[in-house]
Amino acid sequence: MSLELIVSNISKSYPGKPVLTGCSFSFHDRGIYVLMGPNGSGKSTFLRICALLEGPDRGEVNFYSDGILINNDILLKRRITLLLPKIGVFNTTVFKNITYGLKIRGLKESEIERKVDKALNFVGLLNNKGQKALTLSSGETQRMGIARALAIEPEIIFLDEPTASVDQENTEIIEDIILKMKKEGRSIIITTHDMAQAERLADRLLFMRNGKIIEKGM
Amino acid sequence: MDSIIEGFGKAFLLILHLDAELLGIIFLSLKISGIALLISTACGLLVGTLVSLKRFHGRSLIITLLNSFMGLPPVVVGLFVYLLLSRSGPLGFMHLLYTPSAMIIAQTILAFPIVASLCHSAIISIDPIIGQAAMALGATPYEKTIITIKEARYGILSAIIAGLGRVMAEVGAILIVGGNIAGYTRVMTTTIALETDKGNFELALALGIILLSISLIINALLHIIQRKGAIKTNR
Repeated sequence: MSLELIVSNISKSYPGKPVLTGCSFSFHDRGIYVLMGPNGSGKSTFLRICALLEGPDRGEVNFYSDGILINNDILLKRRITLLLPKIGVFNTTVFKNITYGLKIRGLKESEIERKVDKALNFVGLLNNKGQKALTLSSGETQRMGIARALAIEPEIIFLDEPTASVDQENTEIIEDIILKMKKEGRSIIITTHDMAQAERLADRLLFMRNGKIIEKGM
Repeated sequence: MDSIIEGFGKAFLLILHLDAELLGIIFLSLKISGIALLISTACGLLVGTLVSLKRFHGRSLIITLLNSFMGLPPVVVGLFVYLLLSRSGPLGFMHLLYTPSAMIIAQTILAFPIVASLCHSAIISIDPIIGQAAMALGATPYEKTIITIKEARYGILSAIIAGLGRVMAEVGAILIVGGNIAGYTRVMTTTIALETDKGNFELALALGIILLSISLIINALLHIIQRKGAIKTNR
């Protein structure tokens, strides 16, 4: 079952500042979509709206599963996820951070343990399982955020500037993780303002300009 | 100075040979303070969470009132509860005056603003990114509230400690509404006040030492739990 996202003519303004002005796009192929644009161009707002964290002022965000429109927001939110630039570390162990999304889905303990191990192994943090999450380095924290998002096995994953606050070494590790996620068949929509990174990762390259998305051929 | 040392000596003897009356006073104190703390924690956490996470008309007024009532004078609360529960008062038909229930009501009123206000401070200090991260992982608004409260748990514990301090040390209000009836509403603090008036310093001192010890033990336990949450940076 594949999930398709169609954004139709969405607009969003914050007090005194229009951010998105009739933005449309269709995400229907698997792979990595990279959304570029200068700071403040509305990339993060666009992702937050796509991930259903906030609503647009006008326009529609619709998800289709095998061509059928999904109307249930709660069920839908459990098939997608967004990794925020500041991931929001819960003040507990790495293990318990990862279990959060699984617990609210009501999974059994044995299944949770298996999925957490798989996600931590995927990002190379299996040895940090019992560590207090707030003691991780910036790069490790970002990787834990990816593991937390991956553990729930989302069909579409939105990554908002996932390497903005990490060093070169961790940037490379995170890029490798993103490419591995693509190999697993996920749809990944990522924002960045690093052109070189966009070229390394993108299957499709998009630009945010004047509150609208423009596609650029690769 | 000699009388103080002698007083302490006799007090320790009394503690060593805990009699039924002394034990009764200690247990009644713990029972009344415990129930009052439980009620004020439940109500305080609820109100503290509401004013922290919901935007509604009158929210600022509630926060201001909670902050102001943190320093409520106990005797004023005692008088207020007395007037409410006295035979001619609006709740007189309940016949609660001079009962442990009246003491619980008075202590709850005193501790509630402290717990609610400090819970509010603890919850609003949690980075909103925590709630957003939970939502991004599929949490419902209710689950988002729960994770925010969970993240504020060490601050909430501080609120409970402060509430505990208030109820354990209270004397003015419960003396007015409880009446200090032997074997029924006589608790540690009211006994200390009474025995001091009578010049019976040994019993007053013995109870003072016990009260301080209980307070120290509970606070030490809560402090140990709190230290576990000392790491506090937000990513």
